[in-house]
Amino acid sequence: MSILINKNTKVIVQGFTGKEGSFHAEQCLAYGTKIVGGVTPGKGGSEHLGQPVFNTVREAVAATGATVSMVFVPPAFVGDAVLEAADAGIELAVIITEGSPVRDMQRAKAYAVKKGMKTIGPNCPGIITAEECKIGIMPGSIFKKGNIGLISKSGTLTYEGANQVCNEGFGITTAVGIGGDPIIGLSYIQLLPMFEADPETEAIVMIGEIGGDLEIQAASFIKEHIKKPVVAFIAGQSAPKGKRMGHAGAIVSGSAGTAAEKMEALTKAGVHVVKSPAEIGKKIAEVLKK
Amino acid sequence: MNIHEYQAKEIFKRYNVPTPNGYVAFNVEEAVENAKKLGGSIWVVKAQIHAGGRGLGGGVKLARSLDEVKTLAQEILGMTLVTHQTGPAGKLVQKVYIEEGADIADELYLGIVLDRAREMPVIMASREGGMEIEKVAATSPEKIIKVAVDPFIGFQAFHGRELAYGLGLEKEEISSFIKFAAALYKVYMENDAEMIEINPLVKTKGGAFIALDGKMGFDDNSLFRHPDIEAMRDESEENPIEREASGYGLSYVKLDGNVGCMVNGAGLAMGTMDTINHVGGTPANFLDVGGSANAQTVAKGFEIILKDPNVKSIFVNIFGGIVRCDRIANGILEATRLVDVHVPVIVRLDGTNAKEAAEILKNANIKNIITASDLNDGAIKAVACAKGN
Repeated sequence: MSILINKNTKVIVQGFTGKEGSFHAEQCLAYGTKIVGGVTPGKGGSEHLGQPVFNTVREAVAATGATVSMVFVPPAFVGDAVLEAADAGIELAVIITEGSPVRDMQRAKAYAVKKGMKTIGPNCPGIITAEECKIGIMPGSIFKKGNIGLISKSGTLTYEGANQVCNEGFGITTAVGIGGDPIIGLSYIQLLPMFEADPETEAIVMIGEIGGDLEIQAASFIKEHIKKPVVAFIAGQSAPKGKRMGHAGAIVSGSAGTAAEKMEALTKAGVHVVKSPAEIGKKIAEVLKK
Repeated sequence: MNIHEYQAKEIFKRYNVPTPNGYVAFNVEEAVENAKKLGGSIWVVKAQIHAGGRGLGGGVKLARSLDEVKTLAQEILGMTLVTHQTGPAGKLVQKVYIEEGADIADELYLGIVLDRAREMPVIMASREGGMEIEKVAATSPEKIIKVAVDPFIGFQAFHGRELAYGLGLEKEEISSFIKFAAALYKVYMENDAEMIEINPLVKTKGGAFIALDGKMGFDDNSLFRHPDIEAMRDESEENPIEREASGYGLSYVKLDGNVGCMVNGAGLAMGTMDTINHVGGTPANFLDVGGSANAQTVAKGFEIILKDPNVKSIFVNIFGGIVRCDRIANGILEATRLVDVHVPVIVRLDGTNAKEAAEILKNANIKNIITASDLNDGAIKAVACAKGN
């Protein structure tokens, strides 16, 4: 089992024939992901990586039955691409693109919610169900199949966390990189109950960072609704206030959004909080061996 | 990106958000000329820096004669202004804004920011104008009225009423306040602003509302569609090293410690800093080499880290995904040819092509390079080197 995607998930790629889209779609195909086509306006009717190319998402969905779209279009066009996917009946859009305008994402997400389309990202590594389906840019080889669910705002910390978990002899059910932008799609409180309900998942790793209050929301949610053990790391304990740390959303404004307050809230909610990302794997081993 | 008060007020004027008249001056002569142009008998001389709290720091002063304008401009131009937002080093004042005096009956606060939890802009208003809004929020949050605006419907009259009645405005003031707030919301949305703050928003004795101050920040990802705002960028307000780094696709923030860090990905970069702290050291910087790192960007990364004389060791921590480790290894070799890396470099490469990378570094046989097996090992070694062990 897994959450959101598995070996049967049919995926199209928006921005299929571009440099990034091509490179990563090829990697995903090699991993075993069922990429059934792609969309590049103006190139409809052609073939790319052995799959059909369409001018619009609506055509692609009608012809292929795809339910998920992996979005690689350039930042200026991401808002439009996500609106199009939602309008065409896509169920989940995984938005990899970095640098899209906040206002565009705000509008696109509001419309997606209205249309019942889930979104992941933007500015994220994507989602992977180990050894079944990879929709994103993560190195597939480090995600061994297992019983740990992973949710992370950071791409490289997703890899770091998954790698440690696997080195301890465990593995991953599904790992979701939710992205570090100010407005993102699925977040902790939507993903945690999915892992809670997934019979394969035994424990959850949650990686957050400074800025915003999603981790605080997660803490109260976990306290009320999550029975499975959760191990958490919050990046940016040593980050200065008022400075943006790489991710657009990773900023402590005034005294809100610090790592300390998030760690405290999570600890109070019974989460196993580690102070260094180097301790994620060991903590999982400790928690599951109890 | 942030802009100056005088620039924010230029934008306000375009949207009919009332502000006092004023002109920016880069020297004392201009300051006096501007005061003459404005006329009247009372002027405000305001330091223009990208930080709040200028008044308390002595950067905003009232002049009652042209001579006084001259004296104050002399005093403020070239001063290093220290406020709660500049840090102890302060900021050099290179321009002043000369503004006509306003007749003030009351001082309010009005701001718009993105509410990340509700995923929509929220307008904040308070009667506690002129105070630090963070302090008001901390001590008496009930004094701040917050109204979220769903962009699908935009700013409506009822939003304005919620704000106006929340502030307890007089009946005859309400319609002009709503007009003001509506215009400000338009400024916010049409310019892809990240935040607008008017503190204080002044109510004149005649019952009109005027933006006595103006602070604006913009979403960097949206600047490509606002060339007029991009043109307002004041590079002298930005950290020159951070600016240089961003030109190479590197995201750099200087910190106070002595262990330099070069990492791929913002989250891992923060996590690396945290690990260095956790094992008893102090990071010298945040540096994300990004998703397309190559020999040139890695070399640049070393150069930028080494500009900081406090750096005693450098921890290169790469988890290869899109960034392949062999590419980073080659970058390190290249960098040691281009830049004099005179401190020990601790390298931890994991993920895509990590084995090839290890071979490259082994064959390179450069002294000063120490390999680490994982994140924790690397942090411990880097901290030990920085301590001279």
